[in-house]
Amino acid sequence: MIEARSLTVAAGAFHLDGITFAVPAGQYGVLMGATGSGKTTLLETICGLKNPLIGQVILHGLDVTGWKPGDRGIGYVPQDGALFRRMTVRQHLSFALWVRRWSGEQIRQRVAELAALVGVAHILDRRPHGLSGGESQRVALGRALSFGPEILCLDEPLSALDDDSRRDLVALLKRVQRETGVTVLHVTHNRVEAEILADYRLRIVEGRVIQTESFAA
Amino acid sequence: MPDVSPSARPAAPASPRPAPAVSADLPLKRPFRAKADGPFYLGLSILAGFYVALIVAMLLADVYYAGLGHFGRILASPNIQFAIKLSLLSCCVTTILAVWVAVPVGYLMSRVKFRGKAFVDAVLDIPIVLPPLVIGLSLLILFRQTPLRALDNYFGIAFDKPAVILAQFAVATAFAVRTMRATFDEMSPRQEQVALTLGCSRSQAFWTIVLPESRMGLLTAATLAWARSLGEFGPILVFAGSTRQRTEVLPVSVHLHLSIGDIEGAVAVSLLMILMAVVVLVVVRVLAGGDWLDRSFRGRRRSRSPDAPGDAPLKEGEGASHD
Repeated sequence: MIEARSLTVAAGAFHLDGITFAVPAGQYGVLMGATGSGKTTLLETICGLKNPLIGQVILHGLDVTGWKPGDRGIGYVPQDGALFRRMTVRQHLSFALWVRRWSGEQIRQRVAELAALVGVAHILDRRPHGLSGGESQRVALGRALSFGPEILCLDEPLSALDDDSRRDLVALLKRVQRETGVTVLHVTHNRVEAEILADYRLRIVEGRVIQTESFAA
Repeated sequence: MPDVSPSARPAAPASPRPAPAVSADLPLKRPFRAKADGPFYLGLSILAGFYVALIVAMLLADVYYAGLGHFGRILASPNIQFAIKLSLLSCCVTTILAVWVAVPVGYLMSRVKFRGKAFVDAVLDIPIVLPPLVIGLSLLILFRQTPLRALDNYFGIAFDKPAVILAQFAVATAFAVRTMRATFDEMSPRQEQVALTLGCSRSQAFWTIVLPESRMGLLTAATLAWARSLGEFGPILVFAGSTRQRTEVLPVSVHLHLSIGDIEGAVAVSLLMILMAVVVLVVVRVLAGGDWLDRSFRGRRRSRSPDAPGDAPLKEGEGASHD
């Protein structure tokens, strides 16, 4: 469960004002809003990359406000993927495990698992600069899932893709969410994306979340 | 062309197909024509040509004036051999110190907001805008104050080799800091942020993500610091003096030769410095272009467009792997 309680965040020109919402555990939440409405700021606050002035971030019933990003157990895919330019795909997938001091054998197994899950087994030794948009997003997704987080925050993961890769990735996101049971908060300005993916829909307007609709059966 | 000219118009009705809409309503002569680009490029190349010619002419004049005979004489002099060694050593030490300081300062200035940042920013630029002699004088005065004076008396800093390095360091670091700051400014913080969410501490993110990605900037900063140090003269003259076999770096040699009227010698030493600077620049350029140092820099430039057509087969492969 991803929960925000009256989050107020100042970020440059605008600020988020008393945001309150919740995405139930194991659901695919899509947060919609126009460009510049503060979606990215909200995601960063939930991930712990920005501190709120007021309010709490609650993940699975735990108040994590003020925790370090790495302690929150959130897989984060920022806009444009932000791959590490000098690392191979394999290194991307193993980075978080290396930080956690997993053994070589454990890492090998997990990387193989992840590569199969997000479909990057054939490009494990390539570096980001040769990858297509779709491949890059798969790597970013695999990297975010690598340490088995219970929560996934996606910032416009499909916006830079052509139609074909977008369709593939939508299917992948849906499948990954079902297989891992991860709770997702997916930010987008695209209504179609929201309608296909969302179990749970949120809308942000002028710094406030004004509407939530559940599509869950 | 002929079908656009007015004389071709009578022929149009003869054609069985209807004439295109354009020829029916719009005037047939070209309505507007942008000015030619030639003069613009000509202007650019004249200005650039003058400057490049000036630099090349200066160097050629040096070579012509000094001649190879003086060059041999200079190289054989033990004083100059000492100056070469001291210059190389002090520049390398200074470069290491400068980069060592510039990386954290540049990172701090680029990523962290703090009170008084504008002030610190201005202070960091002082060595760049201050007259070199004033820097040397200030260093000298500083080491005459009580706490540092004791240090100076004990280690012998002023008018000795540490003073050479300190004088070079004071200026070169300012340039290295600017370069590193610009490097970090250009780098998106997103990679670091992702590393933080993956469980890195700030320092892990810095060492594993930020520093490897800033390699080109590091190289530029080091080159700049090295080149500045090689040419450093004013502060060294005031703070370290110009003692033969002690604080004589190459610019000081030029000065010493000039002061006794040995202009050919001064020019020969200058040529030596030019040669050293050129060698370092070329080596760095080659290293920077080398595959081992920066694969992605070259790769990105090369792969952007050729990769696009290659997308299709890859995508099929992807589809197969996850369906």
